[in-house]
Amino acid sequence: MKKDAIGDSLSRVDGRLKVTGGAKYSGEFKITGLTYGVLVPATITNGTITSIDTKAAERAPGVLKVITYLNATKVPGYQPDESKPASKGLKLFNDNKIHFNQQPIALVIADTFERATYAASLIKATYQKEPFKTNFHQNIDNSMVPQGGNYKDYIRGEADAYKNAPVKIEQAYLLPSEIHNPMELHVTTAFWNTDGKLTVFTKSQGVISSQKAFANAFKIEQSTVQINSRFVGGAFGSSLRTWPHEIAAAQAAKMLNRPVKLTLTREQMFTLVGYRPQTIQKMGIGATPDGQLVGITHESLSQSAVYEEFTERSVNVSRFLYASPNANTRYKVVPLHVGVPAPMRGPGEATGAFALECALDELAYALNMDPIALRLKNYADADPEKNLPWSSKYLKECYQKGADKIGWEKRSSKPGTNREGDWLVGYGIGCGAFGAYRNKAQAYIKLLADGSVNIKSATSDIGPGTGTSMVLIAADILKISAEKITFDLGDSSLPEAPTQGGSATVSSVGSAVHDVCIALKKKLNTLTGKPENNEDLDYAKILKQQNLPFIELTQGSEGTDEAKNYSMYSFSAHFVQVHVHALTGAWRIKKVVAVVDAGKIVNNKTASSQMIGGAVGGIGMAMTEEAIIDDRFGRLVNGNLADYHVPVNADIPQIEAIFINKPDMHTNPLGTKGIGEISLIGVAPAIANAVYNATGKRIRELPITPDKLI
Amino acid sequence: MNQFQYVRPAETSGAIKSIALDTNAHFLAGGTNLIDLMKMGIIAPERLVDINNLPLKTIENIPGHLRIGTLVTNTQVAENQFIKENFPLLSMAINAGASPQLRNMATTGGNLLQRTRCPYFFDTTMPCNKRVPGSGCGALEGYNRMHAIFGASDKCIAVNPSDMNVALTALNALVHVSGPKAARTIPFADFHRLPGDHPELDTTLQKGELITSVDIPTVPFTKNVYYLKVRDRSSYAFALVSAAVALNIENNTIQDVRLAMGGVAHKPWRLIATETFLKGKTVSEETFKQAAQIAMEGAKAYEHNKFKLKLAPNALLQALKTASGLKA
Ligand SMILES: Cc1cc2nc3c(=O)[nH]c(=O)nc-3n(C[C@H](O)[C@H](O)[C@H](O)COP(=O)(O)OP(=O)(O)OC[C@H]3O[C@@H](n4cnc5c(N)ncnc54)[C@H](O)[C@@H]3O)c2cc1C
Ligand code: SF4
Repeated sequence: MKKDAIGDSLSRVDGRLKVTGGAKYSGEFKITGLTYGVLVPATITNGTITSIDTKAAERAPGVLKVITYLNATKVPGYQPDESKPASKGLKLFNDNKIHFNQQPIALVIADTFERATYAASLIKATYQKEPFKTNFHQNIDNSMVPQGGNYKDYIRGEADAYKNAPVKIEQAYLLPSEIHNPMELHVTTAFWNTDGKLTVFTKSQGVISSQKAFANAFKIEQSTVQINSRFVGGAFGSSLRTWPHEIAAAQAAKMLNRPVKLTLTREQMFTLVGYRPQTIQKMGIGATPDGQLVGITHESLSQSAVYEEFTERSVNVSRFLYASPNANTRYKVVPLHVGVPAPMRGPGEATGAFALECALDELAYALNMDPIALRLKNYADADPEKNLPWSSKYLKECYQKGADKIGWEKRSSKPGTNREGDWLVGYGIGCGAFGAYRNKAQAYIKLLADGSVNIKSATSDIGPGTGTSMVLIAADILKISAEKITFDLGDSSLPEAPTQGGSATVSSVGSAVHDVCIALKKKLNTLTGKPENNEDLDYAKILKQQNLPFIELTQGSEGTDEAKNYSMYSFSAHFVQVHVHALTGAWRIKKVVAVVDAGKIVNNKTASSQMIGGAVGGIGMAMTEEAIIDDRFGRLVNGNLADYHVPVNADIPQIEAIFINKPDMHTNPLGTKGIGEISLIGVAPAIANAVYNATGKRIRELPITPDKLI
Repeated sequence: MNQFQYVRPAETSGAIKSIALDTNAHFLAGGTNLIDLMKMGIIAPERLVDINNLPLKTIENIPGHLRIGTLVTNTQVAENQFIKENFPLLSMAINAGASPQLRNMATTGGNLLQRTRCPYFFDTTMPCNKRVPGSGCGALEGYNRMHAIFGASDKCIAVNPSDMNVALTALNALVHVSGPKAARTIPFADFHRLPGDHPELDTTLQKGELITSVDIPTVPFTKNVYYLKVRDRSSYAFALVSAAVALNIENNTIQDVRLAMGGVAHKPWRLIATETFLKGKTVSEETFKQAAQIAMEGAKAYEHNKFKLKLAPNALLQALKTASGLKA
């Protein structure tokens, strides 16, 4: 029997499968009669297809079908009906409209991937071109307040109060578009059974939401769609939704009456599955000479698509992170002829924190104050936006621990003065916050005669080690060893669970697992006539005594009213030491320390890995990543992994994760608050601030490439 | 599938005969560049002459020079003990390029002939005089951050992307080629071209000619050498600029010097005037600063690569300092 499994360091339960190739990803299922789909991209940026010549492709060896808007069977869910107008968003092969460069105009299906690829190269289209807008800066005048009500201007106290403060900073911060680029390409394999049921293997962060999307598209019962996505090779938000090409794979399978596997190319991953949108943020921040904040104004303009609006919460962090009497935010989007963005790890919050935390750093220098002291001076003891107490907040402890670990006392308060040979040395801090969410979830448990336990829930694991954490939670509550527990996920036939996003999986599904384990213990105690809270349970023995082959039950779990009484957030403080070469602008990030108040930590090992992964993403955001469009053509010029730079191993220093690890008594029975996003939010500003401390160069346009530092 | 002939001759003469059979034929060495170009639709050869069976795989130490067979891989050259000791600049430059996987495949001749990484060259929907002569230069008024500051023309402003080439030009290498006509030897400085009116031609290699080996004359540059590559990430990125420096210093005086830069021109950029300036001078930061300025004479930038006007001399200065052991 094992005590207190929660908080252990358990290696991934599926680690062996992953490193030995035993884990099967969406593109790896051998299905009889499988065919291969390859998308053909448009070469214009706005307009209509006037003709499309598919003859050569159709005649090419191995080609089974070429699907275009001319011959595609209509996807029922794409069509308007009496009850509602057609939904927004891209509908592949539904009409001849082109909204962005590289939008698919055809889908070639052949007996091999290579033959489909070749045939795709033979398709020729002519277009009626229309003027297009891809230049963000030139189209800022076309910005608009998003349609949803959440994005109205926010005002606390007086708007733009910073302007009257004795010390103020007024600056704009620019973030370019960033591509998720998970290692695993997006792949969808779809087939229709003779009884009209649809089976789909696809890269998904939420098998239930995928199931609903396919059911809506084909207007079939949700229960007749089976989604499988047990293993996902990273997603970072790019698989939060079902993309039009996934629907197209099922549409093609229906037209051919054969299984179709549609794999995006790496180049297509740059335009068809979202990205973090280019955003310009104007910050105004003012304080009294002793560092008391007077007001924060945070204005954000973000790239969106003409055919579908995308919004995120980039300005919200400025409403609550610091105790400023006055705060106001404005948020607008700039619709362009580009693919629609998607949430990318730490979504809008990471974008917002970049602006706020850099502006605060600038203010600290203007005040001649230590950046940590400035943060402490304006520490919010309660949520100033919601006017509620925090459910828990240990950000002060985060500052302290991080400062100790990074060696903050070695930081020079005068930028550009700390040198090691040719290298300039700097230290920076950046903080983040992300809502501690909990969604409805269900879990099923089965206790078997040998005392082993199987638990199931239709959640996903895009990398954090969800199954591993669930096993630990169950081990903790059932007081049995982790080896006796298995956890199944990534299958839409399992009990319903939310999409893996917003750092809420452990809090949501973990709570359901917690509850179902408690329910099992209660049930056994009832059977044996013991008090409900009896903890002395020999599971195999009870089943034997009761003459039962197994016991199973399903339990739902959801949040309480506590969310109305408390403001719930995870908090993080990131500390960075950076070296910048004085002559060449080459940079080396020497150390990252991430200190996190995320409530109770379930699995120390995978949680640390999450923090490391988030910091790597933050290094990319700060230093290397930028998707570049040539606005004369509306096409990306670096849409591949050679020219779009994700950080390489040699860019990554030692990254240390420190957890405050105090349970939050209000969030959920486990006391967790979530870490997936917080691991990245605040990293980029910490780096930018460290670069300033090292060099005296304030770079407000990411990424901070060497040319900006000479 | 694009149909093509694939042959793998065992003799150099056979390879040369075979390449002449089709007008659209290419030699295949490591394939790390050629196969990508085929996949991207930039070339569609009718014949591939795989040269990997040719007996051109040795590193020979001939009196007066070192001879590297064209099929010796970049890794084999960089890790060769004799080269590390006697031509350390070459090892350093090769190891600054690509990734270990690529260097394991890439060959000496293939590296010499790798095409530019200009994004417009790689995208067949965009204009590019190098890919389709007369179609225009996409980069001239486009995204030209990686492009040339020396020797460009209004037809093409691309750079040679190789790191190895920068060291080879500094080391006065010689390229041996065989072809339908007599075998010949091309001095490295004459091997790559400036774009002029014919950016489609990267080199002076004639149609059907095969590189057989590269010779490097024995040089006294074993100690005070450095290859500095400035790039957007710590590895696996092409140079924003790079500088190859080889010094022969005696009694703090520069007896001999070779300098070249990468990422700045259509060919590896040798700095003869700067070398002349430095010869006989005493090692000092001031001298190096002057040298770096001389190196920049005639530089011209475009919209997105203005930073190179500063980064290039800075990189050269730093490489000179590191090579000479001058402290900051
Ligand atoms: C992602 C990526 C990153 C890279 N980064 C770098 C970098 O940072 N620095 C760098 O220097 N390089 C870099 N490279 C380029 C790499 O060094 C070259 O691709 C490699 O050197 C080419 O050698 P190969 O033998 O594979 O040539 P191949 O691809 O086989 O051939 C290239 C060309 O040379 C011709 N050829 C080959 N051998 C002969 C011969 N003997 N005679 C006549 N013609 C011949 C071929 O016909 C072809 O036209 C990178 C490449 C990639 C894909
Ligand atoms: S710079 Fe040269 S390679 Fe690039 S687009 Fe212009 S012509 Fe083509």
